[in-house]
Amino acid sequence: MDFTTFLWMTFGVFVTLATFSFLYKDNPFYKFAEHLVVGVSAGYFVIILWHNGLVPNLFQKLADGDWYYLWLNSSEPWYIVPAILGMLMWTRFSREYAWVSRWPMAMYIGISTGIAIPLTMSTYINKQLYATMTLSFDNFWGHGGFNLLDPYSGLSNLIIFVGVISALIYFFFSKAHEGWFGRVADLGIWTLMIGFGASFGYTVMARISLFVNRIQDVDDWGKVAWNSTVEPNPNYSNWFLVVFWGMVLIIVVYIIKEIVQHFSSKSKAQTQA
Amino acid sequence: MKRELPFVLVFIFGMFMLLQYFVPHEKSEWVYEFFLAWTIIIGIFALALGIWSLFKVSVDKIKMHRPGWGYSYVTLAGLFVMIAFGFTKRNGDAWGLYHLWWILGLLCLGAIMQVRAETNTGRKKMYFVVSLVLLAATVAISIFDNTWSFHFYTSEGLENTLFRNFFDYIMIPILSTMFALLAFFIASAAYRAFRARNLMATLLLFAALLVMSRFNPWIPGAEYVAKASTWLMNVPNLAAQRAIVMGIGLGVIATALKVILGIERGYMGKG
Amino acid sequence: MNSIFEKFMKLDRRWIFLLLVIICVWAYKAKFTIPILIEDETRSIYDFIDSLPPGDIVFIAIDYDPNNLAELHPMTYAIVEHCWRKNLKVIFSALSQNGPGMADQAIRDISDSMKVDKEYNGVLYKGREIKNGVDYCFLGYKPYYGLVILGMGQNFRLPFPNDYYGTPLDSLPMMKGVINYDQVACVIDLSGGSITDAWIAFGQGKFGFPLALGLTGVMTAQYYPYLGSGQIFGLMGGLLGAAEYESLADNPGRAIDGMRVQLFAHLVIIFFIIMGNIGYFASQRRKKREEV
Repeated sequence: MDFTTFLWMTFGVFVTLATFSFLYKDNPFYKFAEHLVVGVSAGYFVIILWHNGLVPNLFQKLADGDWYYLWLNSSEPWYIVPAILGMLMWTRFSREYAWVSRWPMAMYIGISTGIAIPLTMSTYINKQLYATMTLSFDNFWGHGGFNLLDPYSGLSNLIIFVGVISALIYFFFSKAHEGWFGRVADLGIWTLMIGFGASFGYTVMARISLFVNRIQDVDDWGKVAWNSTVEPNPNYSNWFLVVFWGMVLIIVVYIIKEIVQHFSSKSKAQTQA
Repeated sequence: MKRELPFVLVFIFGMFMLLQYFVPHEKSEWVYEFFLAWTIIIGIFALALGIWSLFKVSVDKIKMHRPGWGYSYVTLAGLFVMIAFGFTKRNGDAWGLYHLWWILGLLCLGAIMQVRAETNTGRKKMYFVVSLVLLAATVAISIFDNTWSFHFYTSEGLENTLFRNFFDYIMIPILSTMFALLAFFIASAAYRAFRARNLMATLLLFAALLVMSRFNPWIPGAEYVAKASTWLMNVPNLAAQRAIVMGIGLGVIATALKVILGIERGYMGKG
Repeated sequence: MNSIFEKFMKLDRRWIFLLLVIICVWAYKAKFTIPILIEDETRSIYDFIDSLPPGDIVFIAIDYDPNNLAELHPMTYAIVEHCWRKNLKVIFSALSQNGPGMADQAIRDISDSMKVDKEYNGVLYKGREIKNGVDYCFLGYKPYYGLVILGMGQNFRLPFPNDYYGTPLDSLPMMKGVINYDQVACVIDLSGGSITDAWIAFGQGKFGFPLALGLTGVMTAQYYPYLGSGQIFGLMGGLLGAAEYESLADNPGRAIDGMRVQLFAHLVIIFFIIMGNIGYFASQRRKKREEV
């Protein structure tokens, strides 16, 4: 690994720890990291939109035209229309003409809702209903003998059927949840609770794994730093080392300042009491 | 015109896409493809709005000296540096004056911000002169330094080492750490919020504990716990989620119909 | 006894944070592995890719941002390396805002690890150079993912005239004759957000290609209905799903490495839940007693 990459990794670890310092309390290092990432991601997005969006999908389509003909002489002049519609979006910044931005928005909303209706109907409703209704009771007690934990047995199919219907009844508010209807609705909410519990269990796993990844990144840096597999780069090393130790110094000074402040405020509170 | 035309447009485009799905014809397919290509272009212009407003908020914060205005410099520096990297790439192995160029460029931007923010006329003039000098130096480097060049129309900038390093070693660590903070908040929520108050809460807790223990090799009957949690995911959880999916589907369709028919108008804003 | 639990309830949460950090770092440094039970949901994805003949195209949608990389990057690494070792071709797309950077990083890293000879499940695979346009094509990013997915169903060139690096798709050797999803063996969507819904409704729903999902843990439970109805043929959930794929492909990486931390962190959280409940019931009982 070359020295420059190692320094980048070091900076990565620095901003990681700066962000984690929020757990103790809000502080300038966290604010620095937060503001930096907002700017950098916005800049990144500008570049992606330009190179991956505007250039191939608009500029290159009009490339064979001339600007003094307003690109109307290009082979696909109709690409000017979405460009104009897109620019109309920018009227949002003016109070007087903001209403113009509704035209391109209307086009987008019309297109996306129009296409969503049939596809949502088929994906979310028809296919789900079909899968629920085509009950098969084969292997009722489980594949190859008695096995209650077989998710594909006939019994499991029946449980899914009952669960879906009862949960749907729970969502049905046009009739009061009383009598047998209420009892089925209760079954429905129990099913839903199991579903939410499963979601929660997985959520815990997801959140922890985000932290695990951070430990791994810091550990990767530690391995490189301690086993010194870094090849020094004569052009950079001295200057970057100064910057690195400067960074460490700032952190140490900040922590000392915090500790002093903490104790002085405590002793003040005691004298006041 | 101001209020009615957008709803007419939504209706026309919505009905076209709806009918086109059921009656695909060569001609309508042609129009359909154009709509798809066009909407992407409109989307790019719409997304630029967000970036512009971030820029404007940061600039105003500096100008008005609102609390935390110093950090807005960091935001603006990140924004401009990333844009500069995305449009440039070195030609050979040497960097030349590239680093000096972008640092001077940033200082120049900072000086321009100071010109706008400063109220004292004397210092305003000083910052103005400084920004002019820095601008001249930046432009001079970009003209005379041949070790790197600008690429606006081709995507060489995406392969710029600094552009990639800023993504890999700034964006990835900070963004993923910000989300990793949630690991701690879920831990502290675990002992404050999840109580077996009644049957429903107990069921929820039981399901969560079962799923969390599915790969624990040390609890008694580990194999059965794993199988039970697989069964739980595939049977009761599937049933619950399917009911939710169907509910969402019905909601989406109802809202979409209301939008196309102009009954639901909130999304257009007031005025 | 009651007062201990009640004190525990009032503990500053930063102590909890510290305990979690200590346990996680200790578990990470400890040297043991935990057995990973392979679920059918993950196995079906592995089997599908493993059974494809060399030269087939797998479409991998990298629809996640750095926020979710912990869970989804290991999946990407394991699946793409599996594809390339099997001499399959891969089309990447990235429809989330920071997705292109994730895909770009993954392609660079996996290309590096493809250069060396490696043995997986007892079979030796020779290292080779991965070439853009021959082994993979990276389409890049476009806004409005739903419409992009529909557009790709007509022709990949409709939303993506060029690839991410600016090369026209027609000049890439592997894209010759590849028009739309019909020429693709399957689509695997690795996603941390609502783009998955668009892949199911607008992609699989309209064009009917085989679709598999790799999801963050938060989303996993919500997508089981599609597995039951056959709309997707496989589902990997969170770090556990990634670890399952890694162990199937005999390519241990960050997911398997992280599972032991996962195990201990879960034990800590289960402990917190139990303590919280004991404390709750203890204080309830005390309240009742005081009322009497």
